[in-house]
Amino acid sequence: MYNKSTIIPGLILFVLFVTFPVWFNGLDAGAVPKPEMPPGGQKQCVLPAAEMRASHMQLLNEWRDNVLRDGNRVTVEVDGKEYRKGLQMACMECHTSQEKFCDTCHVYASVKPYCWDCHITPEAAAKKETH
Amino acid sequence: MKYAFSFLAVIALILIAWLGSRIPGMEYLFGVAIPYLAIMVFLGGFVYRVIHWAKSPVPFSIPTTCGQGKSLDFIKQDKLDCPTKTSEVVARMALEILAFRSLFRNTKSELHEGPKITYESSKWLWLFALIFHYSFLVIVLRHMRLFVNPVPAWIQALEFGDGLLQIGAPTMYMTDVGLILGVVLLFGRRLITRHVRYISLANDYFPLVLIFSIAVTGILMRFFLRTDIDIVNIKNLLVGLATLQPVIGAEIGAIFYIHIFLVSVLLVYFPFSKLMHLGGVFMSPTRNMKNDSRAKRHINPWNDPTIKPHSYAGYEDEFREFMVEAGIPVDKELAPKKDEA
Ligand code: HEC
Ligand code: HEC
Ligand code: HEC
Repeated sequence: MYNKSTIIPGLILFVLFVTFPVWFNGLDAGAVPKPEMPPGGQKQCVLPAAEMRASHMQLLNEWRDNVLRDGNRVTVEVDGKEYRKGLQMACMECHTSQEKFCDTCHVYASVKPYCWDCHITPEAAAKKETH
Repeated sequence: MKYAFSFLAVIALILIAWLGSRIPGMEYLFGVAIPYLAIMVFLGGFVYRVIHWAKSPVPFSIPTTCGQGKSLDFIKQDKLDCPTKTSEVVARMALEILAFRSLFRNTKSELHEGPKITYESSKWLWLFALIFHYSFLVIVLRHMRLFVNPVPAWIQALEFGDGLLQIGAPTMYMTDVGLILGVVLLFGRRLITRHVRYISLANDYFPLVLIFSIAVTGILMRFFLRTDIDIVNIKNLLVGLATLQPVIGAEIGAIFYIHIFLVSVLLVYFPFSKLMHLGGVFMSPTRNMKNDSRAKRHINPWNDPTIKPHSYAGYEDEFREFMVEAGIPVDKELAPKKDEA
């Protein structure tokens, strides 16, 4: 083999690069998120839980378009109770904590919804009031 | 027909993964066994190919020189195109690998009326290739968010930058568009440019179709077919793969298995195909050698060490008598004979 002194370090770097997740995790898978169930004791979400887990962002996007583009502010009924379509007005009525609910999964999956740049969570609202 | 074959092959692969993953119990084959096998073949094959290349001797000094070589002091050397120092070779290689400099040249000759021939640099290939490769790189790096826990800041930064346009939810990634655009353009180039089409083989089309399908299944999974695509569950499986303890928690949609199967096929195909230019670009003697053969003798590794170099002076010494006899001019005349003197 020729040029060993450059090719072997190069190959080692390549293998390290490809196996990045293996040595970075160090065989420790870490904790799986456990989002807090609604503290209000509600039993049902706006859609079946499996559907919510997979596509709540699409639902939110749809609602946003319904409300803001089509002016369609109709309510959704869950378990006999009416909720207005919205981030604070529906989701946060039941899932009162952004940190203990939404963020548990989002930190794990490394998504940072920018919604909270404008929309306010019950936690932030409470903080503002005490100021 | 070569491209039709590539499409058929990829469609067959998609059907295998789609139908196969719907058979109860087969999730572990498509989600665990095949990906493990694929990554091992990829790494093993890659290392094998590079070592195989590294064992091939380079008999001659063959850097492609595209500019003025080092000469007298008052003649300006083209340091990038005719490097004589290691630092210059590194600069040349870096530009080649990071900016595809030789594609930037791509001179094309065209016959016009007259008849008149023109030579013009065609930048399209360079542009498509750049879009394609950088999108691909960012996508691969971004995917690491699904394999590592916790996710380091640089991956988050990459994701943020890629989703900067904040279109829709889940946010659109610019590199998704870049990859599809790049593949379609590179594929279109092979179909439309007649002389490129003439030399294109199934093994040129197949990787493009395969990468295209991987991109399309990924996009479908992220934006359109989200049924049973619970990223938390999927990440749990993928982190499990990386930590050697894979579990499939809840059911995952077929589109995921199709996506991951196509990626596995790409990984297996990689080391044994032209995709190995990833490793090969570092190993090309026409780029990574110094053009210093006049200053430093390039020793052919094939040379039999028992055969010593034979200079002209030595040759003349050996054959002077016969040369003079045959009337061939010599540099050094025969020594006058003793008895004549
Ligand atoms: C009526 C109260 C209520 C509202 C309004 C509501 N949820 Fe839920 N949500 C629940 C309950 C209860 C569950 C648990 C359901 C189950 O496990 O079957 C749940 C489950 C979920 C889950 C799955 C969590 C998991 O770990 O399985 C997600 C994601 C979710 N909700 C998001 C949302 C979003 C986004 C909104 C706003 C569009 C919303 N929810 C509105 C009550 C609500
Ligand atoms: C630039 C600030 C901003 C950002 C960022 C933002 N929104 Fe909104 N959103 C608004 C405003 C303003 C309204 C209008 C409220 C109204 O008219 O009732 C609104 C309304 C909505 C509504 C309709 C009902 C409601 O809650 O008032 C939904 C649903 C919604 N946004 C979802 C989202 C989601 C999901 C995201 C993140 C992906 C997001 N928004 C990000 C400003 C923002
Ligand atoms: C069961 C875990 C889970 C819970 C709980 C959850 N999310 Fe998510 N959410 C995700 C995952 C995973 C993604 C990323 C999907 C992807 O990358 O395709 C996501 C993505 C999103 C996105 C799109 C972000 C983007 O920019 O792509 C929005 C908006 C969002 N979630 C809103 C919410 C809100 C609001 C809540 C709380 C009411 C919530 N989510 C709770 C798992 C969860």
